[in-house]
Amino acid sequence: MTEFGGWKMPVYYSSIVEEHRAVRNQVGIFDISHMGQIEVSGPAVKGWLNRILSNNVDRLTIGQGQYTFMLNDRGGVIDDLIVYRRHDHQFFLVVNAANIEEDFVWMQKSLSEGVTLLDCSSLFAAIAIQGPRSAELMADFGELPARNHIRDLKIAECSTMIARTGYTGEDGFELFFPAGLGPFVWNRLLDLGKALGVRPCGLGSRDTLRIEACYPLNGSDLSQDRTPLEAGLSSFVDLEKGEFIGREALWVQKKAGVKQRLSALKAIVKSPPFRPHYSLLSGGGRIGELTSGTQSPTLGVGIGLGYLDADFARPGQKVEIEIRGRKYGANVEKKPLYKKAT
Amino acid sequence: MQVPDDLKYSESHEWIRSDAGIGTVGITDYAQDSLGDIVFLELPQAGASFQQGETIGVVESVKTVSDILAPVGGEITEVNSALQTSPELVNKDPYGSGWLFRIRLVNSDEIASLLSSSDYRARIEK
Repeated sequence: MTEFGGWKMPVYYSSIVEEHRAVRNQVGIFDISHMGQIEVSGPAVKGWLNRILSNNVDRLTIGQGQYTFMLNDRGGVIDDLIVYRRHDHQFFLVVNAANIEEDFVWMQKSLSEGVTLLDCSSLFAAIAIQGPRSAELMADFGELPARNHIRDLKIAECSTMIARTGYTGEDGFELFFPAGLGPFVWNRLLDLGKALGVRPCGLGSRDTLRIEACYPLNGSDLSQDRTPLEAGLSSFVDLEKGEFIGREALWVQKKAGVKQRLSALKAIVKSPPFRPHYSLLSGGGRIGELTSGTQSPTLGVGIGLGYLDADFARPGQKVEIEIRGRKYGANVEKKPLYKKAT
Repeated sequence: MQVPDDLKYSESHEWIRSDAGIGTVGITDYAQDSLGDIVFLELPQAGASFQQGETIGVVESVKTVSDILAPVGGEITEVNSALQTSPELVNKDPYGSGWLFRIRLVNSDEIASLLSSSDYRARIEK
C-alpha cells in the first residue's frame, strides 16, 4: 500500500506486470474512488464553464463528455479533467484526487451569477473497468454508453452513472455510485468477471498502462508551468470559442511556437527502466528530461514521456537517456507507444 | 517468507552460501517480495573487487531501484548470466536459480559477522 493524493492505495494486488497484462488481454478493475466529482448547474452554467475550461462545452450533446483543462492565467494546467453534460444545464466534472480542493476553491473564486457548484466527491465511490472484455463484464448492467458518453444506471436499486472512458488505451468504463455500495460493487464485479479472467489492479499497472497509451499525469507531465500546447494536447483547447482563463497566454505561445514539446520515448537498446527526471541528451548536450517513465510490460523495454527542446521533439529523432551515469539510446516515437491491433 | 537455515544474511537483505572460500550471493525472499517484478539488474564484472558493505550492483523492479551491497569483501569469480534475459528468476527462485554472483572471500571472519537465519527472520518480522 502507498499514499496517493491523501489516500492509502495498493500499488498492486498480485503483480504490476500481471495486472497490466490482464487489462491488455481481458479485463481489470481499478478502485478510483479517490477521484473527485463536482456537479455544476444553473441557467448560466454553459457560458461559465466555457470561461473556466479550455475545451468547448457547446459541442456536448446530453450525455456526452470531453477531456479538458482548468488553466491558470499563464495557460498552465491547474488540472486535467473530463466534463460530462448530464442535462441542459447540469454538468458533471471528474477531477484528479490530488487537486479536488484546489479545483473547487478556484472554481468558487471565479463563480458568477446563475451557477451553482457542488463538491460531491465524498458521496461517490468509483471503479474503472478496463480491457477488451470490459463490455462483456458489464453486460448484466443494462444498456452501455458509447465512447465518451455517460448514462444512468441502477445498481441494487441505487442511482449510479456509467461512463465509457478510461486511462489505459483499452475499451472500458468508469462507474460512479454511492460510496456505501463500494465493497458490494467491487466484489460483484470480481464474481461476474471470474470466467473472463478479471483481475483487481493497482496504481502500478495504472501507471504502466497510461504511459504506454501516452496519457499525461497531472503533477508530472502536466503542471501549472506547462501549457496544453507544450503537452501536444491543443485539440482539447478551443482558442476560437471566446474568452477563457489562459486564452491570451496560449495565443501568444501559439504565435511564437512552443520551446519544448512533450514527446514519447522508447529505448532502442537494452536499458534499465526509464524513470521521471532522467536527463535526455543529444550530442552531449542536455535537451530535456523525462517526466514519466517505466519499463513497458507490453513492449519489454524502457518507455517514457518527456519535454524535449522543440528541434528534437520529432518522431524518429534519436536521443540518449542518462541513467546512473551511463547513456542509452532512445527514439522519439509517435504517440501512442502502444496501439491496439485492429 | 522463506529464510533458509543454511545461509547467512546481511542487514540489507542479501544472503550468502559459503563453500570452500567461495560465497554464492543473492537477495532474500523478503527483498524480492518487497521489490515486486524485477526487470533489470546491474551486476559486477568477474575480476572486480569489493569491500564488505560496498555497493556492488543495482536491482530494479517496475516500481523501484535498489542497491545491492557486498555482504563480504572479495573478488567476483562468476556472475549469473541467465539474469540478463530472465531477471524474473530472482522473484521466482531467489535462493536457487536467482543467485546473483559468486565471490572469493578475502576474510572468512566477515561471514561470522553476518546474521543467522533466526536473527534475520527476527529482523524482517519486526
